[in-house]
Amino acid sequence: MVQFLQQILSGISIGCVYALIALGFVLIYKATETVNFAVGELMMIGAFLGFTFITMWAMPLWLAAIVAIAATAILAALLERIFLRPMVGEPAFAILVVTIGLGFCLRAVAMMVPPWSGETVRITTPLSGEVLRLGPLILSADHAAVIAATALIVVGFFFFFTRTRIGLAMQAVSQSQLAATYMGVRTRSISTLVWALAGGITAIAGLLLAPIAFIHVNMGLLGLKAIPAAIIGGFSSLPGAIVGGIALGVCESLAGYYLPEGFSDVAAYVLVLVVLGLRPEGLFGQPIHKRV
Amino acid sequence: MRYILRTSYEQDVRLFREGLPQYGWYLGWLALALVAPLFLGVHLVSQLTFILIFAIAGVGFQLLLGFCGLLSLGQAAFLAIGAYACIFLEKQGVPFLGALGLSAVITAAAGAALGLPVLRLKGLYLAMATMSLGFIVEEVAARWTAVTGGNAGTLVPPATVLGYPVGNDIPFYFLCLGLCLIALWLAANILRGPTGRAMVAVRDSQIAAQSMGIEVARVKTTAFALSAFFTGIAGALLAHKIGYVSPDQFTLHLSIELLLMVLIGGVASLRGVVFGAMFLVALPEALAFAEKATGASMPALRPMAFGLLLVLVMIFEPRGINGLLEKVIGYFRMMPLYRRGTFARQRSFVKSERW
Repeated sequence: MVQFLQQILSGISIGCVYALIALGFVLIYKATETVNFAVGELMMIGAFLGFTFITMWAMPLWLAAIVAIAATAILAALLERIFLRPMVGEPAFAILVVTIGLGFCLRAVAMMVPPWSGETVRITTPLSGEVLRLGPLILSADHAAVIAATALIVVGFFFFFTRTRIGLAMQAVSQSQLAATYMGVRTRSISTLVWALAGGITAIAGLLLAPIAFIHVNMGLLGLKAIPAAIIGGFSSLPGAIVGGIALGVCESLAGYYLPEGFSDVAAYVLVLVVLGLRPEGLFGQPIHKRV
Repeated sequence: MRYILRTSYEQDVRLFREGLPQYGWYLGWLALALVAPLFLGVHLVSQLTFILIFAIAGVGFQLLLGFCGLLSLGQAAFLAIGAYACIFLEKQGVPFLGALGLSAVITAAAGAALGLPVLRLKGLYLAMATMSLGFIVEEVAARWTAVTGGNAGTLVPPATVLGYPVGNDIPFYFLCLGLCLIALWLAANILRGPTGRAMVAVRDSQIAAQSMGIEVARVKTTAFALSAFFTGIAGALLAHKIGYVSPDQFTLHLSIELLLMVLIGGVASLRGVVFGAMFLVALPEALAFAEKATGASMPALRPMAFGLLLVLVMIFEPRGINGLLEKVIGYFRMMPLYRRGTFARQRSFVKSERW
């Protein structure tokens, strides 16, 4: 039983990382109807920037985190301006392909930066090595930090979307671009902002992941697990992304412990197929009926 | 870009839609392909074989993506199923040609079976579901050692056709050439028949197709099965060409390469598939040449080239090489009448997938 709870706990902490990436993914989808396959690569860039600032340039942790997050946000906004703005009005799948291409480019850029491409690296924080005890359960402080940070971000998001003008504008755009434009919302600026926001969140995910897992050029593949998380939660629901991510992390962790080797790698994909088969709109999504 | 004056209904459905003289060029290319092994070296013939094999896989993908509008990110899974099924059957003593046909049928069955649960999905969901299947098949191929040989891979027995060994050199090239032509011809025929026209209708508007009495579910399943059929053949051929299969050949990356091939060649065009296959094979060669010329090893060059090409093609020439070719031909055909904007793309700004 203790083992079971322990597995669930570690599943939750890795699930929080999935949840954050999925959040970035869902944000972009909701506001611009763009499916962003480059989300994992943005996370990788964020993590590498953090590594550069913290380990190589020896900046203080808080400053490095802020700079890395801001830089990734700006990068994401630039990508939107340069590559996705010309694609407005093209079919959805064409835009999806563009983001796949952008993901490749970002990975290639990371491979070109000499200190990034060489080996797998890791960020050490003051928390590393500390352990939190909850009764019989053990949680490393880094994992706990992930959970705490995710909770904070979720609360922050809630207030951002319900209380601020920009948050409300984003909600309006995500419900109907056309109606939002008529109401005087600057749809284009909002979509750039949404990309920046999503870039920032994925950078946070990368920074949180950096102390508990290794950073390497191919860590963007993790983003491919966040997309199933978003789908499980219902693709256009922000709380759904969080729940989906955590559910995915827990399933993976349990599959890794109880099932034969190999299952934990594909647990995410089996789960998403099951969810799609039983409830195509996801756990929290609303079924879509097309108007003729 | 050519407007054909229609004089009969027959014109819409015949195999050579623009009239036979149009296709004289193709005979020239065919003749060139037939004599190519005479003056090309072993390496180039082998690259040509890869082009033909990828063209067969591309025909399958084109039917699915270009003509039925279903985006699959799991085509590598079908390649894997075709390859492993063919090798398994051969090891049970089935002759090569029989194994090839059977493996194509098995892959088609797998495609139909996989198609059924994902029928309710569209767009992104479909892409995700097929991508998941790709990952799962890759993992199964790595774990099911009794059939697949696991991560260590398995050697492929050399192919023999009716007792005549074809190996993987020039005879194999001709085998692939024949199969590729058959695949193109079959696909062209499917597309002009009711099946293909139903697929195109489903692609353009599912609701309109439904109201015309087309069973959307059946058409989509058929598209999946047909796509898997061609891809399965390509997988079996690929395995024999390389002579060795292991699960790490059939990754998501291969699926994306196939997608790149179809997009760069030109969506919704069978001839585009061949252009795309040429491109897909020529690109790594060109990159290797560039690396050799500069004397530096640049591992980032390949993903960079792939990514940039995907982005630039989608932004500037969404119809790929075939679209470019059509524009050039169209320009010369209406020589004095060309105006700027003749080939301008139409955009729909208020289109939404959601409602």
